[in-house]
Amino acid sequence: MEAEKRYNYHALKVADNLCIGCTHCMQVCPTEAIRVRSKLAHINGTRCVDCGACVKACPTSAILIEHDDFNHIFKYEYRVALVPAVFIGQFADVYTTNQIYSALYELGFTNVCEVEHSVEILNEFAIEYYQNYQGEKPLISPYCPAIVRLIQGRFPALVENIMQVRPPVELSALYYQKKLLNKGIAPEQIGLFYVSPCAAKIAAVKNPISEQPGLFQGVINMDFLYNRVLRLLKNTTKPVELRNYKSSLTAKGVLWALTNGESDNMPGRTLAIDGIHNVIDFLELLENGEIHDVDFLELRACDHSCAGGILSHANRFLLVERMRKRAKRNADIKQNSDIRDIDKYKEYLTENGKTAEIPQLPMQNLDQDISKAIAKLQRQRKLMCFLPGIDCAACGAPTCSAFARDVVTRKADLSQCVFLQRMMEKHGKLSPEHAFKINEKIWGINRFEKDCYRKGAENENI
Amino acid sequence: MLIKLEYKISGGDFTRAGHASSEVKKNLKQLGVDPLIIRRVVVSMYEAEVNIVAHAYNGHIKVEIESHRIRIVLADKGPGIPDIEMAMREGYTTASQQVREMGFGAGMGLPNIKKNSDILNITSIVNEGTTVEIINNLQ
Ligand SMILES: Nc1ncnc2c1ncn2[C@@H]1O[C@H](COP(=O)(O)OP(=O)(O)OP(=O)(O)O)[C@@H](O)[C@H]1O
Ligand code: SF4
Ligand code: SF4
Ligand SMILES: [Mg+2]
Repeated sequence: MEAEKRYNYHALKVADNLCIGCTHCMQVCPTEAIRVRSKLAHINGTRCVDCGACVKACPTSAILIEHDDFNHIFKYEYRVALVPAVFIGQFADVYTTNQIYSALYELGFTNVCEVEHSVEILNEFAIEYYQNYQGEKPLISPYCPAIVRLIQGRFPALVENIMQVRPPVELSALYYQKKLLNKGIAPEQIGLFYVSPCAAKIAAVKNPISEQPGLFQGVINMDFLYNRVLRLLKNTTKPVELRNYKSSLTAKGVLWALTNGESDNMPGRTLAIDGIHNVIDFLELLENGEIHDVDFLELRACDHSCAGGILSHANRFLLVERMRKRAKRNADIKQNSDIRDIDKYKEYLTENGKTAEIPQLPMQNLDQDISKAIAKLQRQRKLMCFLPGIDCAACGAPTCSAFARDVVTRKADLSQCVFLQRMMEKHGKLSPEHAFKINEKIWGINRFEKDCYRKGAENENI
Repeated sequence: MLIKLEYKISGGDFTRAGHASSEVKKNLKQLGVDPLIIRRVVVSMYEAEVNIVAHAYNGHIKVEIESHRIRIVLADKGPGIPDIEMAMREGYTTASQQVREMGFGAGMGLPNIKKNSDILNITSIVNEGTTVEIINNLQ
């Protein structure tokens, strides 16, 4: 129960004033976490895995990703930005890494550290973990928090395959914290701020598997920071004052967040799968025992992995190309070279490299009591005889089967189905007025009146 | 209370092999059955399902779920198994080269079913067919 409460944190919030109560988000959600009630989309925190599919699908950008107020950084004397390599990749080739870093300093950060700096140490640690691992293979990467959450809830038997290894962002944060502490700086003067490419990583940073939350003092959305930095870079009247920043990120670090970034660097037979639906299909096979002889799985929720994160603004194909070019430019940077300060902290990071045990958080059962669950499942199967299987979503649930589940778990009433309403009307069991009221309860009062300001209608945008 | 599920299997259709086990898995997850028990049920059922596809002409699966146990009966029309004891041995297979090229035919199916079931009964009549009964306790 404790664990469940902890994992219920989600960075996604539906903005009531923007949500128009359509069905786009509900129909793309891979875990059927969304329902529409009273003209608003509601996200069920137990089922949501923060994949961000709903954010992409929303026609009015009503699903927001909460982050911290930027000015929050000024509460600290040492303001460290932990930026992922995909952030640098957002910017067109005309901007140099030095320019982007310099702009971050100008915005108020005192230190900038790329998240994937820790990847070399992490990779060694992961390989060692792999070699000492006695359990059943394949080992699954814990890198993408949306996938970890998906496995905990939907494939609980596979939780034990997830590597208990901390993500790059936590290791890099630990490094920077230690570095500043070693200089005699007081802990309360240090502010570590993570720049996130997605909602899943925000949830993971606020509620890490490994520790009590609190390593980071805040999270900033990557798209927000992109706008702030680009604005500075485009300001020709007052150009950004250039620092003398030299990147010390290795090629492996640059590529880590892209598809194959991990799998190319792990031993044995490895596979990289991106896109949450592809991952679900594969995990089904794995759970059935249909997959043999795979040693390591890199699984990422987004197409093109973090290049396709919901807070990544750049076209992901161009972004990947830019990052590959950068990896080539950085090919000469080697681990333990003079410019790589982080490698001096290897021992410390390795000591802290492992996460605590990852709990199972089943999300699919109909009842805690198996006899009651059987009765509900039986009822659900009976109900499916009456529902038309059109999956129209007019009831406020994404599919007829999700609706049947809602009915047996008392989250919905059978009369919400518009087709059953017609049948009930035909048999004199429901009046058209009552049916209309039921529909208004789901989709909003006066929702079905003429409205020429609607999206796509005559007066749209006026 | 009892939940009954039924599936038809066609011999030779490897593209659909595993479908029935996936469906049973979905149901067990909704019942909140221990994930490790679900794994046993699904792995054993999958192997038996594939055996019908690989070795028999067609088959019929009946599943009964009760709060304390799940019983799966897979009955097929096919060549039957002349020596069940021999067939149960690890590595024993009569799979054709063609089947082996598809990644089946290691002779590990029946031993795997044995390993992943609480009760296993196999009856077979040569040139008629085979019936495999798999029972797993759910609690
Ligand atoms: N339903 C069946 N009908 C006829 N023969 C069967 C049936 N099930 C198993 N057999 C026989 O038993 C042998 C062993 O079965 P088993 O499942 O252990 O291995 P396999 O199917 O050959 O290979 P694998 O299951 O490892 O892919 C088969 O090769 C086949 O001769
Ligand atoms: S973030 Fe993903 S899982 Fe969560 S509600 Fe949106 S689509 Fe569903
Ligand atoms: S693939 Fe990357 S960006 Fe997408 S959800 Fe996973 S961690 Fe976030
Ligand atoms: Mg077999």
